[in-house]
This record gives sequence, C-alpha cells and structure tokens, in this order.
Amino acid sequence: MPNVGIVIVSHSAKIAEGAADMVRQMVGDAVPLAYTGGNASGGLGTDVAAIMAAIDRAWSSAGVAVLVDLGGAETNSEMAIELLGHGRRAGVVVCNAPVVEGAVMAATESSGGSPLDVVKRTAEELSAQ
Amino acid sequence: MRTMDQNLQRELIMAVATSVIANAEELTSLDQAIGDGDHGINMKRGFEAVLTDIDGLATRPLPDALHAIGMALLMKIGGASGPLYGTLFMTLGKELPASPSTEEVARALAAAIAAIKTRGKSEIGEKTMLDVLAPVQAELAGGGAELAARLRRRAFAAADATTPMKALRGRASFLGDRSIGHMDPGARSSSLMVAAVCDVIGG
Repeated sequence: MPNVGIVIVSHSAKIAEGAADMVRQMVGDAVPLAYTGGNASGGLGTDVAAIMAAIDRAWSSAGVAVLVDLGGAETNSEMAIELLGHGRRAGVVVCNAPVVEGAVMAATESSGGSPLDVVKRTAEELSAQ
Repeated sequence: MRTMDQNLQRELIMAVATSVIANAEELTSLDQAIGDGDHGINMKRGFEAVLTDIDGLATRPLPDALHAIGMALLMKIGGASGPLYGTLFMTLGKELPASPSTEEVARALAAAIAAIKTRGKSEIGEKTMLDVLAPVQAELAGGGAELAARLRRRAFAAADATTPMKALRGRASFLGDRSIGHMDPGARSSSLMVAAVCDVIGG
C-alpha cells in the first residue's frame, strides 16, 4: 500500500514552496507531495485548476490530504476536490490545521504508512490544542 | 419585462460584467478596509475572462451559459469569491430553464442562496453577499409592479445595511468589532450585479 499523498495550498507561492521544503526535509521522498500557491495571475491567492493539478501530482491510492492556509484556499480546495469527479473525490480530504505544521505532521504520519483518516486526525490535533 | 432571447442574454452578461469591471477600484478599496484588498482586481479578472467568450455565451442556451460563466469565475477569480460566485452562477444554470419566468428566477435564486450558504459555511446577517442576495430574492418572490426598480433599490439598500454589521466570515471576521462601519465588498459586488440585471430588464 503506498503512502497518503500531501498537497500544500497557500495564497503565497513562497509559503507553499517553503512548507514543501520542510516536509521533504522530514520525510524525503517517502510521501507523494505537491504544492501550489498564488492565483491565476501569479499574485497572492489560490487557483482551482492549479490545486486540481497538485492533487494529480500527489495522487495516491491511499488518498490525499490537503493542507490550506486561509479561507479562499480552503474554499477553492473544496471546489477542486468536487471537480475531481465521483470516482476520485472520496479519496481527498482538506485538513483543518495550520498549513506548515499540519503539512509536516501529516507527512510524518503518512511516511509511517498510516491511513488517510489517521493522517488527517494527526494534522488536526494541532488545531485542538 | 422583456422575455429571454439571445440579444437580451448578451445584454445581461455584458451589463453585469462591465458594471463589476467599471467598479473594480471601489470594490478593492472596500476590501482594503476590512479584507485583503483584492476583491476588485479578482472580480475584474473573473469577468474579463467571461467577456473573452461573450459571443459563445450569448448564443448558448441560458442554463449552459450560466454554467460556463460560473466555471470562468471559479477558475479565474482566485479568492474565496471564486467558489462563491461560481456557485451562484452554476446553481442558477442548473435550476433555470432556457426562458424563465419571474417565479422561476426567484426559485432558482433561492436554490443558489442555499448553495452559497453551504459553500461558504455562512448564514444571513454575517456581513456577506448573502445579506444582499437574500433580501433581493424575497423581493423578487413577492413580485408586483415596478419590480426591476424595486429590486435595484433593495439591492443597494441591503449592501448599505452591511455597514453596521460585524463580520463573522472571511478575512473581515479577523477584525472583529473593527469590521463595523465598513460596507462588505461582496455585498457591494452582489448589489452591482443585481442592479445591472435590473437596468437591462426594467429599461
């Protein structure tokens, strides 16, 4: 069974890339990982098509956990997941967690072979504290 | 009021898009006060994408055109307004027949409002676009004489009425009480769209 994929979605391309660097430092190539940041014009914001592409890049039959920063990143990620279609959307979840810490925690959990619901719960423990 | 045909459909799309684009600076300025200051430029980007396909949109059946407008806004706006306005237009496309009556528009708008509430996890009274769309829908459902003129007034009054509200959703909610005293940018953009539609169908 492959590991759960991780997708990082930030309004800022730099934050998305930097958070992905931190994930790679922790788990290397053990976890499928993709990130996206910025709107369709390259400014601060999020881009539904780019989020869908990131989910494709991090795709895993074990599922994909999406980490987001602020409101629009969450709403656009939920929309991107719906547009994946019936066959795939059930395998993708948005985690209610801080984007940097959540991505590192989720990826670390995934690297140990945990299923998607455990990966999500581990990331979300950060919000419950 | 006029019945739907390709000319009217083109006029409606043009009117809504040009009104949002023409008022982009005001929307940005409202959003700078209580948000991240990108509402105007985001909405402008979305509706400019709509206008690039105006010939196609004007000639497709109304439900298809509304769905395509929703997808364009969803893909191009780049902020939370993308999914919210995308949901508005896509739900209208799903609910409306090609040549709808006033009653059918009222029902479709009610369905769109419900979909926006789900998408935005929001309710009436939280200083959002819903605070314009819901009273406009109620006025529309009531029907009666001079409907376009009344809807126009209702939309602008409802947007003004968001000024004393405290924001409970989106970036503006981070400001807490400091969001009071500023008009909600999404309420303003919604009122501009309603007014643009009213200007075409009532004029």
